[in-house]
Amino acid sequence: MRFFGENLSCVRGERLVFSGLDFAVEPGTALVLTGSNGSGKTSLLRVMAGLTRPTEGQLAWDDGPISDDPENHHRRLHFVGHLDALKPVLSVHENLDIWARLQGGIEKKIASALKKLMLEGFENIPGRYLSAGQRRRLSLARLAASDAPLWLLDEPTIALDAPSVAAVRSLIAEHRTNGGMAVIATNVDLGIADTTTLNLLDFTASNEDIWEGVT
Amino acid sequence: MSALTLILHREIRLALRQISDSAIIVLFFVLAAVLFPFGVGPEPNMLARMAPGVVWVTALLAAMLSFERLFTPDYEDGSLEQLALGPAPLEMVAIAKAAAHWLTTGLPLMIAAPLIAVLYRLPDAGYGALITTMALGTPTISLIGTVGAALTLGSRRGGVLLSLLVIPLIIPVLIFGTAAIDAAISGFAVGQHLMLMGGFLLGALVLTPLATAAALRQALE
Repeated sequence: MRFFGENLSCVRGERLVFSGLDFAVEPGTALVLTGSNGSGKTSLLRVMAGLTRPTEGQLAWDDGPISDDPENHHRRLHFVGHLDALKPVLSVHENLDIWARLQGGIEKKIASALKKLMLEGFENIPGRYLSAGQRRRLSLARLAASDAPLWLLDEPTIALDAPSVAAVRSLIAEHRTNGGMAVIATNVDLGIADTTTLNLLDFTASNEDIWEGVT
Repeated sequence: MSALTLILHREIRLALRQISDSAIIVLFFVLAAVLFPFGVGPEPNMLARMAPGVVWVTALLAAMLSFERLFTPDYEDGSLEQLALGPAPLEMVAIAKAAAHWLTTGLPLMIAAPLIAVLYRLPDAGYGALITTMALGTPTISLIGTVGAALTLGSRRGGVLLSLLVIPLIIPVLIFGTAAIDAAISGFAVGQHLMLMGGFLLGALVLTPLATAAALRQALE
């Protein structure tokens, strides 16, 4: 099943972030979003997730636009943004457990997700004692703890050390082998093979103020 | 487990881990109610006359303190994004949040209310009505409070704004809550007051999740 967007534009705070943007993700492929800071990578990811509505254009799966059935769209995606969605008072396992179960994950997958992200042995540590890298890994463990075909990742490797970056890389590779798709916003080369790149700067219309020229 | 019970389970677990948050609300309720006799004097008849109003007003003010914590932590740490992207519609998240708020704040207030009534020597005939009005009124307050909390999400000094939004909406609960207790004490029928309060609760149950979900969507944009 393909996920695509047509003629998307996004306005944030009276500023046109991007316009006329088309994209399509096929099963087994990865789309990398690049562009300088403030070029709209996060905005595009949030539009794709359905958190922000595009000012123009529409997003759709092969079986219909996401606006027809937002809950169904949400069931098909994982979104890992800048914020970790972790509670300091809950343990590592409890933190992952709630999000995984909401997405239909099961206990066995939760345990294996913690293993894949090298958080084994930390299950009972409260969230407040985790380092930035560990928090990031726990946040990424959501990807492996329950199944969803579309992964939307915003700078997934921030604060991660080299072995963790490799773990994330193999996680994405495994997901793609199983027919999953990934959209990754990043400014560093993650070393993921065979990706399509979308440079947001091609659609930014020089980030001009939309009220410019209107007198 | 359905999404509703999962979210409810999460909220209650979080509330139990941070039990001091709920305890402070109940403590405020008791302390505020205990202050009145110092101000107005210890005349027993006057205190008994004041009891229904004092219990209800202080319960409302105590509840006000709790609404700011309803969505703000989830909004700041990204949990609200994840809840919005979950398979459950935001309306259901709103109901679960209100239910958890009632269980962790409304219910403790309801349990503490008769104790305060004892301090004020509320006539025996009033206790049944006090507990029934609390049982009908506190869920209404939780539901209306979630709307206020969602609307003020992300705004600075949201707490003050929240009170300004929520207090006018819960005045009917206060009016009929105290009226029912007064009626019970004087030996009049309380049925119509309770029915009106039940009506407010049902109306809030239907309308507030829609409003809360719309406000949350706006906050997340």
